[in-house]
Amino acid sequence: MKEFLLILFSVILIDNLVLSRFLGVCSFLGLTKSLKNSMGMSVAVIFVMLVATAVTYPIYWNLLDPVGLGYLQTVIFILVIASVVQVLEAILRKAFPPLYKAMGIYLPLITTNCAILGVMLINIQNTYSFASAMMSSLGAGVGYTLAMFLFTGVREKMEKADIPAFMEGLPSTLMAASIVSVSFMGFKGVIENLFG
Amino acid sequence: MATKRSAGYELMKGVIKENPLLILMLGTCPALAVTTTAYNGLGMGIASTAVLLLSNVVISLLRKVIPDKVRIPAYITIIASLVTILHLLLQAYLPALNEALGIFIPLITVNCIILGRAEAFANGHGVLISALDGLGMGAGFTLALLAIGGLREILGAGTFFGLAMPWIQEGGLQPMMIFALPAGGFAIYGIMVAITEKLNKRFYSQRPQKTMTRDRYPGSISQRTDAVYNETEVLDGPRRSKTPALDAVPPVVKEPGAFAGKDEAPSQAVESEEIK
Repeated sequence: MKEFLLILFSVILIDNLVLSRFLGVCSFLGLTKSLKNSMGMSVAVIFVMLVATAVTYPIYWNLLDPVGLGYLQTVIFILVIASVVQVLEAILRKAFPPLYKAMGIYLPLITTNCAILGVMLINIQNTYSFASAMMSSLGAGVGYTLAMFLFTGVREKMEKADIPAFMEGLPSTLMAASIVSVSFMGFKGVIENLFG
Repeated sequence: MATKRSAGYELMKGVIKENPLLILMLGTCPALAVTTTAYNGLGMGIASTAVLLLSNVVISLLRKVIPDKVRIPAYITIIASLVTILHLLLQAYLPALNEALGIFIPLITVNCIILGRAEAFANGHGVLISALDGLGMGAGFTLALLAIGGLREILGAGTFFGLAMPWIQEGGLQPMMIFALPAGGFAIYGIMVAITEKLNKRFYSQRPQKTMTRDRYPGSISQRTDAVYNETEVLDGPRRSKTPALDAVPPVVKEPGAFAGKDEAPSQAVESEEIK
């Protein structure tokens, strides 16, 4: 149990997917303009991340690794993620319209969101057990959501700020991301004290 | 897309005018993650350029064979295979670089630059011109990564390609750790974007050319679905705020449960009632 909690919290706070591992930065910068979009994307990312882990983990350890085809992971994983996204979209549209309504439009974006493929590869690289891999994926998704949520708030404030013309737009957004990232560095000691 | 441009133009446009990283904002993830040193930045840039060049050539060759409906999965498969080859080559010949770049080598697969160029350029152009386009875009990406990596290495570690900077030894200016950390990556990237936009305006404001904006660029996040497109229209802030405020979600997606489209509307409505 302690191991799971350690993985969960360190993935959410220390190794935050967006702010310290730089996965999914495209959507982080592109979709944090409004809370509705950023939360829709976050929910979709958590969902796809969990389903994709549940599918890719057995594929790698039961199919590819035993026959020495581990190097095919990139090709296989990206295809699995693309199909999972397609299938999920179809299922959600027919079976759970409210859920589809909430995250439907973000699903196609996810295939090329490097957060998903990145987390799949990290899970394999760290040779997690299945439960730990699921935990790590959940934590990564929650960390992504946290970063998106915080940054949406920051950007809403920045809308009203008076920014020099030179830094207007994307540059100032990146500077704000830098400051949000600094704030996450403070969590390092918290985890060490809690679980150390 | 129909306009014919010179080969030189296709080669050079990626460097400043349509720099994929600094102007179009594609491929941000590797740009921030691996640019802690100039060497890593350069390595990542060259690796991406190789994949970009080859994928442009292959996709351009196959552009009449691949059916239009399955082109995206086909492109992804081609790119993923090229990346796998590159990964194996790096493991064999440059293990140190491979170690430093880590999972960002396999993640070249989902780098928006490559899919974006396949979709926007190689899809509709000849082999030679697509190769030049890939090379030019790759060069622009490499230069941008080298610049970010170099700045971060000089400021964060006080070295450049491993060579110590003279002022560090004199006990004057000390390296600032923050630039080697993620926070510094975002900051340096932001400053580089600001500088490039300024240069771009200066270079191209004289000539009446259509400048590329990152919002309308195929392959960028805003182009991938129409639905999110309108939201990211205002991606770069107040400058663009004069454009009429578009509705966030187009009518088709407004109630996806009830009306997914004109053709599907009746069956969808019936189904959602059944569920209730």
